[in-house]
Amino acid sequence: MNKNSKSFELLFRGLAILLAVLFASLVLLLAKANPLEAFRYLIVGAFGTTGKILDVLVSWVPLALATAGLLFTFTAGLWNIGVEGQITLGAVFTTAALRLLMNSGLPPGLIIFLAILAGALGGALWASLVGVLKIYGGVNEIFGGLGLNFVSVAITIWLIFGPWKRPGTGSMSGTEPFPRELHLPVLGNSNLSVWSLVLAVLGIVLVYILLRNTYFGLRLRAVGKNSRAAFLLGVPTNRYAMLAFFLCGIFAGLAGAVQVTAVYYRLIPSISSGYGFLGLLVAMLVNFNAIWAALVAFFFAALNIGSIQLPLMMRLDSTLSGVIQGSLVLFVLLMDGVRRRITGKR
Amino acid sequence: MSKRLWFVISMLVLAAMLLAACGPAAAGGKEVVFGMLLVGPYNDRGWSQAHYDAGLYVQEKLPGTKMVYLDKVNGADRPGTTPDKLAEDLLAQGATVIVFNSDDMKDAAVAFAQKHPDIPVIHASGDNSWKDGKDFKDLKNLYNVMGKMEYGKMIAGCAAALTTKTGQIGYLGPLINDETRRLASSAYLGARYCWTNYLGKNPADLKFKVTWIGFWFNIPGVTSDPTQVADDFINSGADVVISGIDTTEALVQANKAAASGKKVFAIPYDYKTACDAAPDVCLGVPYFNWGPSYVKLIKSAQEGKFAAGFEWLAPDWADINNPDTSAVGFVKGKALSADAAATLDKFIGELASGLNLWKGPLNYQDGSVFLKDGETATDFQVWYLPLLLEGMEGQSVPAN
Repeated sequence: MNKNSKSFELLFRGLAILLAVLFASLVLLLAKANPLEAFRYLIVGAFGTTGKILDVLVSWVPLALATAGLLFTFTAGLWNIGVEGQITLGAVFTTAALRLLMNSGLPPGLIIFLAILAGALGGALWASLVGVLKIYGGVNEIFGGLGLNFVSVAITIWLIFGPWKRPGTGSMSGTEPFPRELHLPVLGNSNLSVWSLVLAVLGIVLVYILLRNTYFGLRLRAVGKNSRAAFLLGVPTNRYAMLAFFLCGIFAGLAGAVQVTAVYYRLIPSISSGYGFLGLLVAMLVNFNAIWAALVAFFFAALNIGSIQLPLMMRLDSTLSGVIQGSLVLFVLLMDGVRRRITGKR
Repeated sequence: MSKRLWFVISMLVLAAMLLAACGPAAAGGKEVVFGMLLVGPYNDRGWSQAHYDAGLYVQEKLPGTKMVYLDKVNGADRPGTTPDKLAEDLLAQGATVIVFNSDDMKDAAVAFAQKHPDIPVIHASGDNSWKDGKDFKDLKNLYNVMGKMEYGKMIAGCAAALTTKTGQIGYLGPLINDETRRLASSAYLGARYCWTNYLGKNPADLKFKVTWIGFWFNIPGVTSDPTQVADDFINSGADVVISGIDTTEALVQANKAAASGKKVFAIPYDYKTACDAAPDVCLGVPYFNWGPSYVKLIKSAQEGKFAAGFEWLAPDWADINNPDTSAVGFVKGKALSADAAATLDKFIGELASGLNLWKGPLNYQDGSVFLKDGETATDFQVWYLPLLLEGMEGQSVPAN
């Protein structure tokens, strides 16, 4: 087998997946559970019925949107840890818009549309803040993003306990649910909103085209590979970095908007559901390709949904899905390193 | 990664789907499966475990029933999903009756009942099927059940008042709503009654402070830390901490303080054997006993006679600790002195023979009149108590 061939790379990826599965099995054995049984429940729990597959898609939509956004910042060589906060602010802006417009007499469809736009704006603004801190304040985006994540949670909790509290109630369980006409309509008796699915698919396609087939994508990649060289060749690197944050924020904000309009129908403290961090894991695996991002996100969403079976059927904690997701990323990165060593390719 | 890999993965997925589709269909017995959604861990020694144990009680008392359950059903522990969706996972396990066990699941219980009109839904602590309530939804398949824990809390308050030397009682409150206001207020009413009537002391000398953490149990980074709140009570001079939350932090912290030489006590909540975590500082525990009402409701579902309703169950005054009849009980703790225990029994006896502490003159915390002299509160007034009572310290409603 040619050391530099695609199949050699594939072999290492396969090995990484195998190692991740073995690692998860080891964890399961330590928890005195049968790994085969657990994996079977995971798979059946995610794909066993049509309803389950649709549930996976419900989870996939915000994850795919967040991941799609992260591809911009990853391509530009930026670690946008702040994506969680950007999802959260998207949800906050969406909730604000819904609250503002719900009694305005506008048609519900228009209100939802405007609220989702507001979510995109909220995410973009919050992401821009990370960009401004980095470019003009010299604050590394990892620290800026992390800090703003905490701020976003604080804002959410303050809103839920304060100005947006349910009358006479002080509880973290969330704001008053929005009336049914302000929910994105769902498919039949399922939990999936086709509109949110369309949004995610369009988003993925758009990111794919932007990054693959445009000068913008090419330049963004140049910034990511070698910012200094790109700058000397005439790429306005700061503007591109800012743009990467802004675009990522739009997608993260949309993910937050979907959480409010299609999943929770209200604002809750953990409204981001951890999709930002999960999105970072997905983005690390897929090497800037939006189509792969969509597929890996689907696999991760399936693990999320399937893992509910673990406590139900085996009395195991469902965080096992997180163990699998995390170890998968670790082993893929590890095996990439090993492969590069063997091939001598940097 | 290449297309080939994805081809392999898709094939695997497809194979899994086929396997699942060809799997054995749900066993067609006469067994009635009831599904329970627990807001906290099933073994929390508190609210959720009381429900879990009630489920075991149903299995024991009603042959042919089987419980399936999912615990930690809350936004922090199960991100990306909601209780009504998780209830559908229980349906997939064969459940034909669903129990939502938390006030936090109110909206989800209603949404689920609307979406599945053929499935009997039991919601512990809600008011949506109370015809005279504020939030009546008129659903044919939703039943609300709640114990009159007001009595349990009065007994707890009394035990606290009979024990405190500093005259300061701390109430570790969960979130703020109608239910928690009326329970904290009940504890205060019990404490004040025993303080003045049995100890002959001045009610103004009794300090009763409520601090809310924001949810039924600790969620790091979201709620206030109950461990911290309990410590604050103890460090600021309270020598009895009454817990209003689902978990045992108050008891644990009182135990730590006692180990370092302080004379402090605690009263946990919800679960019959909650004192076991620290018996030496435990004055007793007011607890829920959901078993008998669940047996009744699940039996009616089994017989196809389930109908919507609302029940707010008083203790069985013949024996408040009868596991087969009383919805609410109080187990005295090892730390309660013999004198106090005797007085507490007297108090329970008075409650049993009709003593009503929800009786005027009674003012709200802000000084406005709640009940005029001689006036007694209706169930409606107690259930929807809008403010804490005069004499209590702490927030009545969340601040802006």
